[in-house]
Amino acid sequence: MLNAGLTVLGLSRFQFAMTTVFHFFFVPFSIGLAVIVAVMETMYVIKKEATYKKMAQFWGKIFLYSFAVGVVTGIIQEFQFGMNWSEYSRFMGDIFGAPLAIEALAAFFLESTFIGLWMFTWERFKPWLHALFIWLVAIGSSLSAVWILAANSFMQNPVGFAINKTTGRVVMTSFSAVVKNPQLWLELPHVLMGAGITASFVIAGCCAWRLLKKDHVSFYRKSLNVALVIGLIASIGSVAAGDFQTRYLINQQPMKFAAMEGLYKDSTNKGDWAVYSSFNTKQHKTTASLDVPYVLNILSYHRLSGTVKGQNTINQEMHATYDKKFGKDMNYYVPTKTLFWSFRLMAVSGGLFALMAIVGLFFNRRKSQLIMRQRWFLYIMGLMLWLPFLVNTAGWFITELGRYPWVVYGLLTIADAVSPTSTVGSLLFTNIVYFLLFAGLGLVMIVLSHRTLTAGPDGVEMNGYSSEDTSGKVEDPYGTEAFNHD
Amino acid sequence: MTSAQFLWFLLIGVLFSGFFFLEGFDFGIGMAIKLFGRNTAERDTIIQTIGPHWDGNEVWLITAGGAMFASFPMWYASLFSGYYLVLFLILVALIFRGVSFEFRANMKTETWRNFWEWAATIGSFCAAFLFGMLFTSMIEGVPMDAKGNIFGSFTTYVNWFSLVGGVAVTLMCLIHGLNFLQLKTLGTLRDRAQAWNKVLYPVLIVGEVLFVILLFISTDFFDKKPISTWSILIVLVLLTLIAWWGVLKAHNWTAFIASGLSLISIVVLIFNGLFPRVMIATNSAHSILIKDASSSPYTLHIMTIVAFSVLPIVLIYFIWSYWVFYKRLKSPKAA
Repeated sequence: MLNAGLTVLGLSRFQFAMTTVFHFFFVPFSIGLAVIVAVMETMYVIKKEATYKKMAQFWGKIFLYSFAVGVVTGIIQEFQFGMNWSEYSRFMGDIFGAPLAIEALAAFFLESTFIGLWMFTWERFKPWLHALFIWLVAIGSSLSAVWILAANSFMQNPVGFAINKTTGRVVMTSFSAVVKNPQLWLELPHVLMGAGITASFVIAGCCAWRLLKKDHVSFYRKSLNVALVIGLIASIGSVAAGDFQTRYLINQQPMKFAAMEGLYKDSTNKGDWAVYSSFNTKQHKTTASLDVPYVLNILSYHRLSGTVKGQNTINQEMHATYDKKFGKDMNYYVPTKTLFWSFRLMAVSGGLFALMAIVGLFFNRRKSQLIMRQRWFLYIMGLMLWLPFLVNTAGWFITELGRYPWVVYGLLTIADAVSPTSTVGSLLFTNIVYFLLFAGLGLVMIVLSHRTLTAGPDGVEMNGYSSEDTSGKVEDPYGTEAFNHD
Repeated sequence: MTSAQFLWFLLIGVLFSGFFFLEGFDFGIGMAIKLFGRNTAERDTIIQTIGPHWDGNEVWLITAGGAMFASFPMWYASLFSGYYLVLFLILVALIFRGVSFEFRANMKTETWRNFWEWAATIGSFCAAFLFGMLFTSMIEGVPMDAKGNIFGSFTTYVNWFSLVGGVAVTLMCLIHGLNFLQLKTLGTLRDRAQAWNKVLYPVLIVGEVLFVILLFISTDFFDKKPISTWSILIVLVLLTLIAWWGVLKAHNWTAFIASGLSLISIVVLIFNGLFPRVMIATNSAHSILIKDASSSPYTLHIMTIVAFSVLPIVLIYFIWSYWVFYKRLKSPKAA
């Protein structure tokens, strides 16, 4: 899958994969959670029921943990391009830096400033104004997705550029083309809907575990409802967006699509879709598969007839296109097994999320006690809280590994992008430290979230710090009574 | 060099100035947690002074990094790949520091709260020190090939000048943090921060003199730009004296602004000395120049429009968020 072996290239790729995957556990979770908490607080503003405020604060607390880890692992990403991929940075700087800088300027400032305001001013501002703060955090974090995906989309589908003849590097010719990249506007809804799924099904899962213990039943049932409504919208949206993306891929990145469907040979007009396949990746062969007719054509073209090119054909085409510039020794096959199974995991999970949301909303109707009796359902829901993280990772495996051997599609190979200054020793060292650090952070994240859950919604205080006085009452450190004027 | 290239060289300087002014006191407060806070209640208050702000302050670094990538990719690529391990250690320090505030607040046992307090303190020390070391060793000149790849040895990064630079920046951040603490608190914490800075300022002045001597020996700043370099150094010393005076007279605002500006004057010193280069190579033929390091005129043009339309809005709400929390916090009563 990844270039195994202790080479600079292999270790740099491993580091990118590890840091991005870990970072992306928290990003969609935080983006989605910001929206859900904003919805909860807005319901408090409208309905004036204290439960909704408690909900916003309770899930907001878990949001803050996730946000903190997301922030610190995000800086790694920005630095990494220069540190490990300096040739990439030189080649792509003219285009790639701009969205990154705009992301910081337009999105990160918004997020970070208003999250500070939101955390510490619960009692100081009018409820609607305070709710606006968390909406601005949600907008900021969604905006950051726009810009980072604009950068990523160029790597997938370069547009609005020219190659500088003397330096051989990319030069931007049209910023609007970079921003209007169709790849971006197909990728973005899918990622944002994925974020919605992640946050809502983690909340739903947490609610399910608490409901199994009959803890704060009314609070968790209400939370479950909010989560599942958003989860339903997000899962349908995500499947729809994914469908658009898939059909775009057939023409734009046929190799990626062929690998997702496990096709080495061109498909026949029958449109066999493999539920299961086993591959011999060395000989580029499908050794066994369980097929359902027509499904491939329905997925690819929304009709029953048609054919899809297999990897063997595409490999020949790519050689014909690129051999002049990149030589005959290139390998254009992508990691088929990973893409094939990642796609199936994504597709099946998408359906499962929608189904669970519908059934959950039915069981959890206001006057019904059904949800409390369907313990099997709560167990499944509880276990499913881990699933979105796997599915998000699977999605990025397809996107990034399916671009192999390019780092910028058709323009620059991954092998040509690494820093010439990197050494195996330093990369090995940083990989090990990052791994241990991430394991630690992940563990603390889980322990803290679990502790917050078991402590329950009554113990939540938003000002965070342990500034209790002797009576056990918590003082708002920025409340008027805490200040003396001089 | 075009005017757009010059403008972006200035803007990168402005962003790093913002970072050192803001994250400077953030780092100082972080160091003060264990060094200065005597009990949990005191440490709570110390952290609360930056609670709503530290994250936004750190975005200045992220923006500076992103803007450097966008406007001077060759600079970004050389610097970041060349300072691989230094930046890695900075990242580790920032990670520990960054999660520590949120994690500490939710720890149940004394041991674990202690752990995250140390994480914040050591993380802040290391980050400030390493940034100081990075920038001082950068202006000494680094072994670099014609393509801008830095192949440094241990002494490229760690030498007398960079160590003194690291310690000086650390000390400046600590002092700046204690000035911020005086500005944001009342009672014992404020008094003690004042007492500390009364002692720390003479130490800093010794450090600054040492820094200037080594700057003279290790860089070409005095050969290439004697007048501007001396002027900035005089401003630096004046600002230090003003801040010291502010501490002695308990003019908290004066002290805080002056200590912040003295951090900025270090950035100005570096950028002034670099100009018209962005990276100094030991073989001066390989130094990277502003005119060769930048993105295309088109990209710079786009970025200029974005920066001048978005940055003013950012500054408005950023400053407003400080205004919301402008009041002083009471020091906890002695147990």
